[in-house]
Amino acid sequence: MSEPPGTVASLDTAAKTPETPAPSSDGPADAAPGAGAVEARPAEAARTAPPSQAQRVQPLRRPGRWIASAVVLVLAAQFVHGLATNEFYQWDRFAYWFTRPTILDGLAITLEVTALSAVLGLLGGILLALARLSRSPVLRAAGWLYVWAFRSIPLIVVLIFLYNFSALYQTLSVGIPFGPAFFRFDESRLATDMAIAVVGLSLNEAAYAAEVVRGGVLSVDQGQHEAAAALGLPRGYRFTRIVLPQALRSIVPNYVNQLIGLVKSTSLVFYVSLLDLFGAAQTMGATYPGDIVPLLLVVTVWYLILTSLFSVVQYYVERYYARGATRALPPTPLQRLRGALTTARARLHSEAAI
Amino acid sequence: MSTPLDTPGTPVPGAQSAPAAVEVHGVHKWYGAHQVLDGIDLTIRPGEVTVILGPSGSGKSTLLRVINHLEKPEAGHVSVGGEPIGVRRHGKGLKELSERAILAQRSRIGFVFQNFNLFPHLTALDNVAAAPVATGRLSRGAARELARELLDRVGLGDRAGAYPRQLSGGQQQRVAIARALALRPGVILFDEPTSALDPELVGEVLSVIKDLAAGGTTLVIVTHEIGFAREVADRIVFLDGGRVVEQGPPAQVLDNPSHPRTRDFLSKVL
Repeated sequence: MSEPPGTVASLDTAAKTPETPAPSSDGPADAAPGAGAVEARPAEAARTAPPSQAQRVQPLRRPGRWIASAVVLVLAAQFVHGLATNEFYQWDRFAYWFTRPTILDGLAITLEVTALSAVLGLLGGILLALARLSRSPVLRAAGWLYVWAFRSIPLIVVLIFLYNFSALYQTLSVGIPFGPAFFRFDESRLATDMAIAVVGLSLNEAAYAAEVVRGGVLSVDQGQHEAAAALGLPRGYRFTRIVLPQALRSIVPNYVNQLIGLVKSTSLVFYVSLLDLFGAAQTMGATYPGDIVPLLLVVTVWYLILTSLFSVVQYYVERYYARGATRALPPTPLQRLRGALTTARARLHSEAAI
Repeated sequence: MSTPLDTPGTPVPGAQSAPAAVEVHGVHKWYGAHQVLDGIDLTIRPGEVTVILGPSGSGKSTLLRVINHLEKPEAGHVSVGGEPIGVRRHGKGLKELSERAILAQRSRIGFVFQNFNLFPHLTALDNVAAAPVATGRLSRGAARELARELLDRVGLGDRAGAYPRQLSGGQQQRVAIARALALRPGVILFDEPTSALDPELVGEVLSVIKDLAAGGTTLVIVTHEIGFAREVADRIVFLDGGRVVEQGPPAQVLDNPSHPRTRDFLSKVL
């Protein structure tokens, strides 16, 4: 009763209370039959019954949920306790290794290989997707074959194949097919460990990216293609400005998923003698056999950090490409936190007012 | 043939100077084994408002889509403003145009879709400004200025920054009309522009089209709004089974139809 009328409408918690316990408020309006009475009831109740403690609805008790939560909490506590107390993990050694230059160099290589393969893989994927969507049966078949082959061959096999590539082809040359060559490259100088790793991962990545991009392009409504064609928009503009931005909405989550897989696939480049994060830890582990477990933990934590960074970037990129797809953009975590604080403060005020 | 306007080749008073806005000659179109258009002949003068009526499946939409070459006719040809669409004369025969040339032709023909087909990731303003920029006709600034002007004209000057999904169906269709106008087309084709709208939103779209008609733009409209057709059309073309069954001024075709198919159709929709 003490509230000004405005607050009831503005706070959803306070506004709901008078409406929900409609059956208990036995005003004369309740007895009246007919559809009109149902409509009138909330308004009637709001007017006749002020929000009060007596009318608050008792929420349904859910003991099962409480028990399940308790079990999970106990298990989690046990796990954390084990991590902290088990001597075997050697956290002091973990701290020692975590920022060692060898490990950080490995991390840099992992990031470099990932970044290069992600970009090259996506470009290749877009080209392959265009080939697969092309009207030319030759391009379609070639695209399909590529995707089929590289999705079938394990990445490690591709990498080791490339590693031995210089034995198969000593020189690479640019020239007329089956004709004279203009430039000649010495394969063994061209094929550094880094180049092999990036090429292998990109070849593999392109096959998966192609399917992700193709799926995204197919998800764009046919009407969009027609509208763009009817306006006479040039083909390149149509793809880059109309179709691709809309396709990216479904490409981004799938491709980030793909990228997270790629980050971890980079650990395979160890087998072509490139010392990435995993390779560095592996070598150190061979030198200091007692530190294998803390080294694995170091690698695990670094991969966790990388994946988390990807997820954050994904969130904002997705949000960017959601423009126009929903009436209002979903709030960012920061905005959500601020909103929750405002609501909590408002609730506190209304509780105090009662 | 009921009026002197519709026989191609016959000189029409006042029309000798300018070529016909749209000429359709013996157009046939099949989808697989199904024939959709069966020898359509149609001549539309500049500034004329033509409404195409007919039962569903009669080929109305396909005819519009053939006019701007979204569909390629299997036989016959179309010219807009005296220029053959999708082909060029080459010696005695015709040669298919390059995609670039077809796109250039399309940009001179406005098309308004039943489902609006606005670009959802662009604001209303950018939807309208996109085509003049992409086709290299206007600078970005000039295109945006034109877009603002056109949005004002369709009564949406205050919603320029809104994305299509934030607009009502009627508003979206008005943006789509502004988008078609942005290329200053010689003719605008409307494919059932109000069929996807709530009845209360139909009026706002029709009034925009009426303004265009009054302004002297050549319009070809496929619609089921008979009252609107009567009000706005200079000529009504009735299509059935892929053929032009009857055509003439609204008073004649709507009130005194000569063909039994037309009478039958009108008795169902009126």
